[in-house]
Amino acid sequence: MPVDKTTVAKIARLARIHVPDERQQAIATELNGILLWVDELNEVDTENIEPLASVTGHSLPMREDIVTDGDRIDEVLANVPASTGGFFVVPKVVE
Amino acid sequence: MTSNLVSGATGDWEVVIGLEVHAQVSSNAKLFSGASATFGADPNQNVSLVDAAMPGMLPVINHECVRQAVRTGLGLNAEINLVSVFDRKNYFYADLPQGYQISQFKQPIVGEGTLRIDLPDGSSRNIGIERLHLEQDAGKSMHDQHPSKSYIDLNRTGVALMEIVSRPDMRSSIEAAAYVRKLRSILRYLGTCDGNMEEGSLRADVNVSVRRPGEALGTRTETKNLNSLRFIQQAIDFEVTRQIEIIEDGGEIDQETRLFDTTTGATRTMRSKEDAHDYRYFPDPDLLPLVIPKDEVNELAAALPELPDQIKDRLTGDYGLSAYDAAVIIEERETALFYEVASAGHDRKLVANWMTVELFGALNKSGQTLADCNITPERLGGLVGLISDGTISGKIAKDVFAVMFETGGDAASIVEEKGLKQVSDSGAIAALIDAVIAENEDKVAEYRAGKDKLFGFFVGQVMKQSGGQANPGMVNQILHTKLDG
Repeated sequence: MPVDKTTVAKIARLARIHVPDERQQAIATELNGILLWVDELNEVDTENIEPLASVTGHSLPMREDIVTDGDRIDEVLANVPASTGGFFVVPKVVE
Repeated sequence: MTSNLVSGATGDWEVVIGLEVHAQVSSNAKLFSGASATFGADPNQNVSLVDAAMPGMLPVINHECVRQAVRTGLGLNAEINLVSVFDRKNYFYADLPQGYQISQFKQPIVGEGTLRIDLPDGSSRNIGIERLHLEQDAGKSMHDQHPSKSYIDLNRTGVALMEIVSRPDMRSSIEAAAYVRKLRSILRYLGTCDGNMEEGSLRADVNVSVRRPGEALGTRTETKNLNSLRFIQQAIDFEVTRQIEIIEDGGEIDQETRLFDTTTGATRTMRSKEDAHDYRYFPDPDLLPLVIPKDEVNELAAALPELPDQIKDRLTGDYGLSAYDAAVIIEERETALFYEVASAGHDRKLVANWMTVELFGALNKSGQTLADCNITPERLGGLVGLISDGTISGKIAKDVFAVMFETGGDAASIVEEKGLKQVSDSGAIAALIDAVIAENEDKVAEYRAGKDKLFGFFVGQVMKQSGGQANPGMVNQILHTKLDG
């Protein structure tokens, strides 16, 4: 099995999602089911085929280098639990 | 070539250094939003809803940032990848509202290149560039404003960075500093990054390991976020000493990220989790692959300015300057342009000398810059011209230079006004010499009896009598005729 309980615990921690210990084995089993299903794609021979990034044929749209945005502190800070002097205020994170 | 080996208690060690330089792209707006990329605004003023990672906001790439990355790649003689891909680098930090940084992982915009570094002994060496990719900068955290809170400013969030990764080709902290200095110089010539290290526009992460000469690479450490050439050298030197001591004491080096303390000059372990490097990169579904037409690359290549290496080759080759003088002159584009104008039509070496010694000396002393001082390139050229054609001596020229620097004006008018013109009239000089000989008959007798050293005394007396204006070459010649003849 490619994904075990330890891997689930690790991914959960990296994603900051709380997964109780008793749920981890069940989630590992579910994830393996999904991965096995996706694995079936490996049966297709993709030798010499370029990766397909878009089915629409669009290319990456670009902007000109012009300032068109900003100066909207009220909106930027609209949802914050705490702010002062225009800063976001968060619990101390220091290395 | 001098050896770069470091001797430890148990023998010699070779130092291996690779650098990751983060250079802020010079642009008006950010990489994926229309907010301003300028430094120094009020907190969170230059923030769009894209930068703040509001739900549903989508990134749209800034064309000019792409072009700047291509220009930089061309300036580093690097391969330009016409197709590149943006990935998400996932991690959580308070100054990264998206929860991921948009970066380029497997397919960067620029591939392998080379950078020629100029070392203090005048030699040059090529350092390999592994890649250059475009990515978003993070915001800024302030930890010293409140006992239990951090303050976050997202103005820098989303500003375009070029991460330029070198090969582990450097063998000393001096080479590492030379690499950053040269890279900075090229970026500034290209106009793709202002290179301002104090403001953080250019910062380096250094990877350092040591090994016995000829053996396999040792385990490396990475010291993050160094924002001056001095700190880069200090951090490397500290790491080298630390690693050698650990290994010689029978220990092992942990592969880890370290922080540099600017007050102590020491590095220390970053107290981060063991899986800090597990970034789970994947292609950003919000962004299609970046495709650059070959024609656009050619157009950018054709418009590239002359770069420091090309100018240096011309200065040392065609103009005959020393590698050292050339390196000093080309580091900044403004200086190189100044020199070109000042030396046109004049003695190239003499102008280089006057620029690197007198002019730079005066600028250092007064704290002025080349752009705002009284000496224009034409005026410096004019002064050197007066020396070359014998109008004034080098000694008088220093006085003229001091006046020019202080009050402006061109050399010819100052010489004229103050009557400093060199006396090259042989009759006038001969008369001065005759007077000196008449006043010092005893010394003339001693000289003629074999006390050769007195010749300098006579020269000095004649120059003094002339107020320093007699042509020294002619004084020498006529004195010899009169004393020896």
